[in-house]
Amino acid sequence: MTDASMQTPETGRHSVSLTASDERTRKRAKAEKRFRMYGIIAIATGLFFLLVLFASILKEGIPAFTRTVVSVDFTLTEQQREAAEGELFKTKAYANLFIAALKNELDERDLEAEVDNAAIERLLGKVGGTIREFYSQNPGKLGEPIEFDLAASSRVDGYFKGRVSRDTLQDSRFLQLSDLDLVDALTEAGIIKQAFNWPFITGADSGVDNPGGAGIGASVVGSFFMMLVVLGLSLPIGVAASIYLEEFAPQNKFTDLIEVNISNLAAVPSIVFGILGLAVFIQFMHLPQSAPLVGGLVLTLMTLPTIIISTRASLKAVPPSIRDAALGVGASKMQAVFHHVLPLAAPGILTGTIIGLAQALGETAPLLLIGMVGFVARGYPDGFIAGFTEPNSAMPAQIYTWAARADVGFYEKAWGGIIILLMFLLTMNIIAIILRRRFERRW
Amino acid sequence: MPILWLFLIVAAISAVGYVLGRSRALQSAGGDIRGLHSLPNFYGANVALKTVVPAFGLLILWLLVQPLYINSQVSGMIPDTAIKDGSSRSLVMAEVRRTAAGLEAAVAQGQLPEQVARNANADIATVTQGLKDAGQVVTSEITQPILNAAQSYIGMNATGHSVMSIAVILLALAGAAISWWQTHAEYRARNVVEQGVRLLLFAAASIAILTTVGIVLSLVFNTWEFFKLYPATDFFFGTTWSPSFSGRGGSSQLGIIPLLWGTFYISIVALLVAVPIGLFAAIYLSEYASPRVRAVAKPLLEILAGIPTIVYGLFALLTVGPLLLGVFGDSGLGWMKAGTAVMTAGLVMGIMLIPFVSSLSDDIINAVPQAMRDGSYGLGATQSETIRQVVLPAALPGIVGAILLAASRAIGETMIVVLGAGAAARLSLNPFEAMTTVTAKIVSQLTGDADFASPEALVAFALGMTLFILTLGLNVFALYIVRKYREQYE
Repeated sequence: MTDASMQTPETGRHSVSLTASDERTRKRAKAEKRFRMYGIIAIATGLFFLLVLFASILKEGIPAFTRTVVSVDFTLTEQQREAAEGELFKTKAYANLFIAALKNELDERDLEAEVDNAAIERLLGKVGGTIREFYSQNPGKLGEPIEFDLAASSRVDGYFKGRVSRDTLQDSRFLQLSDLDLVDALTEAGIIKQAFNWPFITGADSGVDNPGGAGIGASVVGSFFMMLVVLGLSLPIGVAASIYLEEFAPQNKFTDLIEVNISNLAAVPSIVFGILGLAVFIQFMHLPQSAPLVGGLVLTLMTLPTIIISTRASLKAVPPSIRDAALGVGASKMQAVFHHVLPLAAPGILTGTIIGLAQALGETAPLLLIGMVGFVARGYPDGFIAGFTEPNSAMPAQIYTWAARADVGFYEKAWGGIIILLMFLLTMNIIAIILRRRFERRW
Repeated sequence: MPILWLFLIVAAISAVGYVLGRSRALQSAGGDIRGLHSLPNFYGANVALKTVVPAFGLLILWLLVQPLYINSQVSGMIPDTAIKDGSSRSLVMAEVRRTAAGLEAAVAQGQLPEQVARNANADIATVTQGLKDAGQVVTSEITQPILNAAQSYIGMNATGHSVMSIAVILLALAGAAISWWQTHAEYRARNVVEQGVRLLLFAAASIAILTTVGIVLSLVFNTWEFFKLYPATDFFFGTTWSPSFSGRGGSSQLGIIPLLWGTFYISIVALLVAVPIGLFAAIYLSEYASPRVRAVAKPLLEILAGIPTIVYGLFALLTVGPLLLGVFGDSGLGWMKAGTAVMTAGLVMGIMLIPFVSSLSDDIINAVPQAMRDGSYGLGATQSETIRQVVLPAALPGIVGAILLAASRAIGETMIVVLGAGAAARLSLNPFEAMTTVTAKIVSQLTGDADFASPEALVAFALGMTLFILTLGLNVFALYIVRKYREQYE
């Protein structure tokens, strides 16, 4: 202190008022303000990224939930059907009837447009086959007016969603410029409509050339079965391991080894668990590839450390007086833990488990290695057991499959899939938060 | 599904055992609960435990061992002459398994009569046709040895399963009977049951060790296989990565250096984004922010950590990539050729890592005692001077630990680089070029059609080993730094 005052005897000693700030004080004040600004900028940047992320998810993903349908009132009489069945090209005959109905509707509204068979096929695919199949399954509907909702091809869908425009469209066998005139006319007539895309939510994946028909339903089921495996294995094993480590484990080298292992496993990259799954479950044990069972086993091993860590925290939060009281009235150690400590820790354990499950639900990398990509999950599993063992996809793996496909139409599906995935995660996290709020006890 | 039935049968036996054991104990005490050593339920649980645990233990063991045994037996049956050039025993075995599954499915669908499927001298053409009719995928012509091996594979599997079912049920019954026999009023059921439960708890805790052992073994064995086929020095010091999937000749060059370079480059870009933002956010949140701002901003930032990485991958591929391409691409500065690049992946990974850095640093900064700040204020320091000269030095080891943990995350991250970084392995300094990483190559080498015995697939295990050691080393180092340089304030 004395040194400092001796070194600066003259500078600034005179002519300084206490009320007016000098150069140095202003500089320090400025530095203070700057520093504070850095913090604000950092937080703002982080939140900005979050905003951009969600904005792009919503902007790109919401179109996946609508689809373009052509709905036409169509009546087929008994005679028409017989005539069509008698022809050589049966589906073509049906398609001609459909086109006639379409023209009729356009005429009623005084709209002019070229309607020919090839254009309809480009717009709607094989209409004739669809109609024929419908009537062969529902022969009772003959003669009644039926409203057919037919899905428009993915390029027509893209025209409404801005992926395809008149300027960029090149005539191809998929869509021609003249078809767009027809589409506009049909839109004006109210025949082409936008509808909610149920097939996207309930359907299964389609082939690589048909982005319009791809749905996420089957992979939701796959994820569900995987989560059943994860829940069924990681909850009991995780809770048992935590009880042992927290309540019974003696202080020795082996316990230390377990603890070190758990904390290291929590930091192992998820892809390494995929390698483990591939080598142990598929190469060594010959379990079926791409099955939710294997995916669930891998994710269980990955989630265990998370669940163990959170369960131990909630066991630790139960005050020792509870155990002492139980032991005091004659309970054994085991009874004290299972009858008193565990029920009190249950809400915390449940919360931790849900968060661990949510993590597992979004995990992709290990699933790639056990073969959950690269094939088309065409349908739902046949039954409960088959749900575990039949090849299926899972939501994140399905999203990756779509993102890796060449057709741009699948990108929209991938974003839509992300919205569904995030909705599941959000629900799980909200449940966890509610559980924590309601049942958490502070001692 | 016989295994499910087996589960149910064993569960039923143990349920019956529970009831019987409980009533036998009560009976032996003359119906007076005070005559028993333990509560009656413990006697029931004793029988149930001794039924279920050995039976399920045997079941699991059997399921693990049987495929190994049958594989080695069947693979011994295939003569060396049946293995074509350019093929391997494991490939032929895969064919055998596929044929066996196909045969069973064809019989189940009725496309192939059972006698034909079982007949060792059956006409190959008939069998192949039957398989094709049943819609089974048969890669090539089935040969006589493969058919015979497949048939004995089916036979041994069936025998194994029925022997297993009998053994498991017998063991369950034996366990139930013996423990029921032991049950009497003096039997120390509670002690036995509690000891058993304790053992089960211990077994559950040991799974963590088993997992680590499994990871290490599967990596080590396959890496060893790889180094037998491909020289280790070429792998560690090779500067070219160009696997060939065409032939099984030695035309692949599998040098890890370009992959490591890509990994580090992307991680550095990610840390350059995440560390300043995360650190300043943590400082602001813990030192300046009002409780209200903190209550809103902290959870919002942590949302970034809860978003699955596939979402970030798609974000990199479809949003950030094209955005960067617009600025740095040919229409802008001309530095960037495609949307997938080091910058794209690094930037997005940085966004993902912000909450890791900020939450960990926040905790550490909060742990610095208030007295140190007060001391600094007392000497006339401003708040920012206090933070820079007192709080941050005190928190530094923890912050370095947090950054190292974030780095280990960045190195192990897969989906963002698979989708955002590109597939070309190159050694370049331009951050706007596509590069690839260790994790991305693990995925691409193991999801292709390469057979597991080829160096092109096995290299993924060597890459995984490298990755595992790198991240483990970083984690251990982070913990070491935190422990060693931690200031003790009490």
